[in-house]
Amino acid sequence: MSIKIPDNMPTIYTFNVIGKDLINAGIASQQIKKILESLGIEKDIIRKISIALYEGEINMVIHANGGQITCVFYEDKLLLELRDKGPGIKDVQKCMQPGYSTATEEIREMGFGAGMGLYNMQKNSDFLCIDTVVGMGTTITMEIFLEKINESK
Amino acid sequence: MTIKQLQNVLKCKCLTNDAEETLENNKIESAFACDMLSEVLAFGKGQELLITGLTNPQVIITCKMLDISCILYVRSKQPNEDFIKLAKENGIVVLATGHRMFTACGILYEAGIK
Repeated sequence: MSIKIPDNMPTIYTFNVIGKDLINAGIASQQIKKILESLGIEKDIIRKISIALYEGEINMVIHANGGQITCVFYEDKLLLELRDKGPGIKDVQKCMQPGYSTATEEIREMGFGAGMGLYNMQKNSDFLCIDTVVGMGTTITMEIFLEKINESK
Repeated sequence: MTIKQLQNVLKCKCLTNDAEETLENNKIESAFACDMLSEVLAFGKGQELLITGLTNPQVIITCKMLDISCILYVRSKQPNEDFIKLAKENGIVVLATGHRMFTACGILYEAGIK
């Protein structure tokens, strides 16, 4: 089974994310959600993608001074690539732990920085790869299937 | 329960001035109470109501991502006009009560919201 993507629909979308602009963050996530809804994807899957992408977008705004998001639609999955030239992640293992955060007090006052970002991204994606170099930046790649896989074992 | 019933139970105002019809037709069965949006994103999936005191526009975006249709402000918090406008544009009902979060949650739990 695969999702029918209309012939006239672009399959690649790119978004520039502006750093430190927490007020306007979430534009890419909202737009991709709209596209997924128009394709008739199941609600649960749309939510998974929305959460994973939104957390990633927020992380780029908070920690990395922005970057670029590329979303590629395939017949069976959505590939999300979040690339930034931020400070990189010093300890990936630690950052994957729920509750661990390096966010400032100002960010916490906005309701973020609970240390759930990377954990949420992992939980809601079917594949996650973090490629990071301290001082150079981070690229996070996620893949999420557009249809439920038969979960019976 | 409907949003209208919830409004009566908590004696709260509707800040988005939604039509009676909207308040009577939309049902709330489950809720999540939190002031951290990342926590809402982690645990708020499948809920219809967010109980919070946080008033920045990211609250609306978070609700949109999770299909949360109603926000209840506690401690008489009042988001600004831009927030209300954004909520309306996104079809999210915004309510406000003078109760503290713990009390509001207790009352709603007693009334059957899980």
